[in-house]
Amino acid sequence: MRVSSTWQGESAASVTFTFNGQRVTGRAGDTVASALLANDIRLVGRSFKYHRPRGILTAGSEEPNALVTVGTGPDRMPNVRATVQEIYQGLEVVSQNHIGPLHRDLMAVNDVLHPFLGAGFYYKTFMWPRSFWERVYEPLIRRAAGLGALSGEAGGATSEKAYAFCDVLVIGAGITGIMAALTAAEAGADVILAEDAMVAGGQTGPQDGQIGDLAAGDWSQTRLDQLRAIPNVRVMLRTAVTGVYDDGSFAALERTGLHLPPGPDLPRETFWRIRAKQAVLATGALERPIAFPGNDRPGIMMTSAIATYAERFGVVPGRRIAVFATCDHAHRTIAALARQQGFSKLTVIDPRPDAVALGDYRLIAGAEVIGTRGRLGLREITIRKGGTEQRLEADCLGLSGGWNPSVHLTCHLGARPVWDEARAMFLPAPGAVPGLHPAGACNGTLSVAGCLREGQAAALTALRAMGRKPRAPALPDASDDPGRGRTLWAVAAKGRAWLDFANDVTTKDVKQAAQEGFTSVEHMKRYTTQGMAPDQGKSSNIGALAILADATGRTISTTGTTTFRPPFVPVTLKAMGAGAEGKGFAPERLTTSHAATLARGAPMIEAGLWYRPSYFPAKGETTWQQSCDREVRMVRATVGVVDVSTLGKIEIMGQDAGAFLDFLYTNTFSTLPVGRARYGLMLREDGHVMDDGTSARLAPEHFVMTTTTAAAGQVMAHMEFTAQALRPDLDVRFLSVTEQWAQFSVAGPLSRELMNSVLDDPIDDTAFPFMGCGAVKVHGIPARLFRISFSGERAYEIAVPARYGDALYRDLVARAEVLGGGAYGMEALNVLRLEKGFITHAEIHGRVTAFDIGMQGMLSGKKDFIGKAAAGRPGLLDPARERLVGLKPVDPDGVLTAGARLFKPEDPPEARNDQGYVTSVGQSPNLGHMIALAFLRHGPEREGHEIMMIDALRGIRTKVEVVPPVFFDREGGRARG
Amino acid sequence: MRYSGWQVLAQGITGNRGWRPAWRDTAPKPAYDIVIIGGGGHGLATAHYLAKRHGLTNVAVLEKGYLGGGNVGRNTTIVRANYGLPGNSEFYSHSLKLWEGLEQDLNYNVMHSQRGVINLFHSDGQRDAAARRGNMMIAQGDDAILLDRDGCREILPYLDYDQTRFPIYGGLYHPRGGTARHDAVAWGFARAADRRGVDLIQNCEVTGIDIENGRVTGVQTTRGSIRARKVGIVVAGRSSQVAAMAGMRLPIESHILQAFVTEGLKPVIDHVVTYGMGHFYISQSDKGGLVFGGDLDFYASYAARGNLPMAEHVVEAAMTLMPVIGQARMLRSWGGIMDMSPDGSPIIDKTHVEGLYLNCGWCYGGFKAVPGSGDCFAHLIATGQPHPAATRYRLDRFATGHGLMDEEGTGSQHNLH
Amino acid sequence: MLIPCPQCGPRDIREFTCKGHETYMHRPSPAAPPEAWDDHLHNRDNPAGPTREMWHHVAGCGAWLVVERNTVTHAVTGAMLAREVAR
Repeated sequence: MRVSSTWQGESAASVTFTFNGQRVTGRAGDTVASALLANDIRLVGRSFKYHRPRGILTAGSEEPNALVTVGTGPDRMPNVRATVQEIYQGLEVVSQNHIGPLHRDLMAVNDVLHPFLGAGFYYKTFMWPRSFWERVYEPLIRRAAGLGALSGEAGGATSEKAYAFCDVLVIGAGITGIMAALTAAEAGADVILAEDAMVAGGQTGPQDGQIGDLAAGDWSQTRLDQLRAIPNVRVMLRTAVTGVYDDGSFAALERTGLHLPPGPDLPRETFWRIRAKQAVLATGALERPIAFPGNDRPGIMMTSAIATYAERFGVVPGRRIAVFATCDHAHRTIAALARQQGFSKLTVIDPRPDAVALGDYRLIAGAEVIGTRGRLGLREITIRKGGTEQRLEADCLGLSGGWNPSVHLTCHLGARPVWDEARAMFLPAPGAVPGLHPAGACNGTLSVAGCLREGQAAALTALRAMGRKPRAPALPDASDDPGRGRTLWAVAAKGRAWLDFANDVTTKDVKQAAQEGFTSVEHMKRYTTQGMAPDQGKSSNIGALAILADATGRTISTTGTTTFRPPFVPVTLKAMGAGAEGKGFAPERLTTSHAATLARGAPMIEAGLWYRPSYFPAKGETTWQQSCDREVRMVRATVGVVDVSTLGKIEIMGQDAGAFLDFLYTNTFSTLPVGRARYGLMLREDGHVMDDGTSARLAPEHFVMTTTTAAAGQVMAHMEFTAQALRPDLDVRFLSVTEQWAQFSVAGPLSRELMNSVLDDPIDDTAFPFMGCGAVKVHGIPARLFRISFSGERAYEIAVPARYGDALYRDLVARAEVLGGGAYGMEALNVLRLEKGFITHAEIHGRVTAFDIGMQGMLSGKKDFIGKAAAGRPGLLDPARERLVGLKPVDPDGVLTAGARLFKPEDPPEARNDQGYVTSVGQSPNLGHMIALAFLRHGPEREGHEIMMIDALRGIRTKVEVVPPVFFDREGGRARG
Repeated sequence: MRYSGWQVLAQGITGNRGWRPAWRDTAPKPAYDIVIIGGGGHGLATAHYLAKRHGLTNVAVLEKGYLGGGNVGRNTTIVRANYGLPGNSEFYSHSLKLWEGLEQDLNYNVMHSQRGVINLFHSDGQRDAAARRGNMMIAQGDDAILLDRDGCREILPYLDYDQTRFPIYGGLYHPRGGTARHDAVAWGFARAADRRGVDLIQNCEVTGIDIENGRVTGVQTTRGSIRARKVGIVVAGRSSQVAAMAGMRLPIESHILQAFVTEGLKPVIDHVVTYGMGHFYISQSDKGGLVFGGDLDFYASYAARGNLPMAEHVVEAAMTLMPVIGQARMLRSWGGIMDMSPDGSPIIDKTHVEGLYLNCGWCYGGFKAVPGSGDCFAHLIATGQPHPAATRYRLDRFATGHGLMDEEGTGSQHNLH
Repeated sequence: MLIPCPQCGPRDIREFTCKGHETYMHRPSPAAPPEAWDDHLHNRDNPAGPTREMWHHVAGCGAWLVVERNTVTHAVTGAMLAREVAR
């Protein structure tokens, strides 16, 4: 029932949305929950297990019951708290977790079967027959479980991620947080004030009297306006701090646009990474429910929620309201409400015999609520006083069992809260999070003056910790009386009394867990699922462990609590992973020849972060194999051009550059003459091959190293480690220049002819012999030329500053085409290198030693190098290891596949008989059959033997002959020229 | 008390008052034949198989906290046998076979669900590596199917096949892989071991290992000294500390692995799916939560909690691979302490102390290993000989270089596996 | 976590990679016995408490650091340039 139509003092427009298709009219500023209550809609959802009718329990993000699905299409969000979601025109809200209409859920049969569905029942049955678990039981359980449903659509409105930095982060904008923020801001600190709700003020209201000259309920808004005017303060409403991490790192989720229709101009949510030097925790406290039979019906809600709906939204959630309260605070709230319109027939039931009414309402002292009625909503409660029971008509029942400080964030670094017996509360452990200072209700302080005092003190502590010397301004006058209360976890009465409303955990479940030996609080939680629902037991965990403590004869303090872990409120994946959809997950690295390559119609493939051409389809070619074969023949016959800029390129300078390379590589580079390049093998310190490549000496103290594309980053980090941590004695500097140079390989018998057509000064084999290198000019541009080959043909790699890459590539390809050659791609490059037995990371996959690839001879005996000692371990030199060989099919039409296993022809293909595996295959157009590189036990010793290649995945068995890994031009004359 | 549907009915009718404790709450006796240090999944399984296979029941399991409170209670519940290297291949194959009869063996529904594991690959090179592994799985007698892109699309229609940064080339499908209810595994083994007479002793921290003349004689605990003829250490997350009590320095570094779960959702993901271009794997629990995880936080830690960068990376991988789950919300995150070994594979071996046995180094693959590890460790302790499925899990392999099992090929740096 | 890079000041861990214990920079001599190499490469004290680790400011200045850190609390108590520690 709506009694006031103003919102924050102003008249508010009406807003229409739908709930389960029915049009509901609220007003601007409403949450779904307040609008439903204003329209006397109490039934909002169904519980997880028993499908009990459920309403609205709270007015905040801790809501366990009123979970709904909002929005449409890809913007549809399941499991949204109706108590948090603000309404906007056209919002579509539907209830969830029921079959058939909400008021007649077919799954409610579970409630009748409840004796058989108690704690952990599923661990004890569904075991026979064995195959029925996957086929029958589990599908049924899965269909019944879950809450809301995803839309199944991707896309929709976007969310964002952002960073923020501040001196003092204040978490919570109740009176404590505002006082802290004011104190910090006035001292000149950069302040972020983050508040989960859409308005400031927390639980403070008319029940709290005056703060200074202002009504307590107005103080927050007035001061918030004041804070907003200070330039060094950032107020972030609708922003929940979700996690605390190390060294002042916080995560927060802002509902940036969730209160408005999805649109292009505003992210739905923003996931913030906040770095704060100091922080004040002012997250307040959550009101504690009381367990009694039937305490879960729609219409039963926290007393603080009743007050919030009345104060903030002008909504009275019932016509006959009763409150079951054990503390003075609730009496003050009711007394304040009783003065308001719409709250005429208030009754308070208080178990304390000496309770005194503080206002105009009926008090039944020394009494307890022991039962409720009303199928889809509360109709009547049963009260027991002394030995007598009476029934009372009520459509709304408030619960006030005291307060649970919101200590959650103090536990995120592993600290456990401490039980305070006197206050009957868990309080933050001292120093739980370095630099985070709890204050106010989250610290167990409930009086208004106490909250203001602690808020200020926490801010002052934070400021001092930053080395400031702040003054403490005088605090406004306010009540310093926290009120008294009595702890009542559960009423002793017959029937199911709920603890965890969301997961349907009752006091009986907890007692049964204890009876079955699940007496550790973690065991109880996991066995009963207490606290594992979307609300993470915010309202119920402490009650449950009190019941457990009682059932096991322990104190709450010795029983302990389970851990609160991030996030404090659930975080939408779309927000936390914002920007990563589609291509956003990782950067895209493009070579300078990218545009020219695309223009030639080459399909691109990913090579790490790079894109490289797979092949260049020519007219009439319909398969990649045709193009590949042509490109391979082309390189062997005329000339081909390929962009090799993706290989890592590292400039190395200094008088010890040679010695440095000697330490990095297994072979020697210090003796390499200027103007020459050399193939080098690099090991990890554990003796396995890390990478290979060529390094060229451009000057006595200047080398340029190439790495493989895949290992470029790893090699660079390895070199940094080696230079800084292992060999600071060496005078050497180096820099990655991969992106600064565009580099193209020009390969084939006509490669020198092609090069000479672009070089300012022609080269010959004397100036540039095989493995020669040096400075040249191409079209007047200074360039570097290396005569190195990955194809087995005469070949050159020409490097120019990257800004000339596009032009040079186009020019080289055009000139190659004139010579009968052209561009080639990765497929052809792979076949060319396979024909030569050159290895890639398909072979040096991390488990391979120099011994395995036949390069033991490259391990210099004359010097120390990284990996030398470990490579000498006996297990790494065992002849029975899988070692590199070539394979060719015995039948020339035989198919070879990468990933196939090798067996002796006479052995059954079982793992114990495994002899090795194929790493790379290709169709050699020059040889007319497939070729492969493989690792085979005793490899080189078995050349000439026949082996069975079995690819069981693809159903291929091919008899192969073991051959040396070089298939083409074994003497290497073509490359040397 | 035997569990069954009839028992649930009978107890339900009589008010569920007749349920007995799942295990006895015992105080330690002065002496046992065998003491197992560590009441996690592996320790409890070891006790079960010692009793069941070897008839050894004068056994105590000592747990410093509560049973199953370690990694068996905080993981992503995946069970699979899809390894490519000798050693791991036969071991996980053996373990999976034990999973397949576990409910009946334990009389406890651990909800082992063979919903299938699919490892996606995103390049030709990754496909070749997957094929190599899949062929090894088949050679081992396990199941593997190489899916192409269309094959993936058929069973995983919700992935992004069009816009994602690293296109899906296909997947290695392991139909017998799946998930299980992690806590239930610990409780099922605990209850089964207890029913055979093993003492399960909680809140009993081992503070010393007694060694005389090179032979183990017992342990010191916070609940007094306990004599034992044989002692097994199986304390993932604390292996280095406990082994140090026997003068050992292990090839182990402790690291944090985070995992995450969303709020409950109606079924959307049927299988276990792993991404090949970032560290991300996901399944959906029977309760409806999407359970997913990623890579280590990379620095040594005993804090059992993670930091944001890795959590964000994991969610970002989810968003590029399966943006349809974007509106799901992360409900909880947690971190487990992993025993990272230099080759990413575990150790089940004797030690230099006679009668002292070591089981550690499971990295982040320990959950699926629980039955196999228990069986093999029990075999080693009972017979003094390694189980045929675990002969390669030697402690000296790093020193000798023989039989390293570096599945990922990342080398001896502990945090790279 | 914040790593106090001696060259850049306190920087977020996102900018760093961690290699492992400081052991890695104390390389045995080539002539050291196999046990020394086994210890260097594999065996670790793996302390639950203060430790010294190799961190690389890879997305920053490129420095390798020896970072003093607590593995239980994650408190970072210092960082030095590996180049200076090695000298």
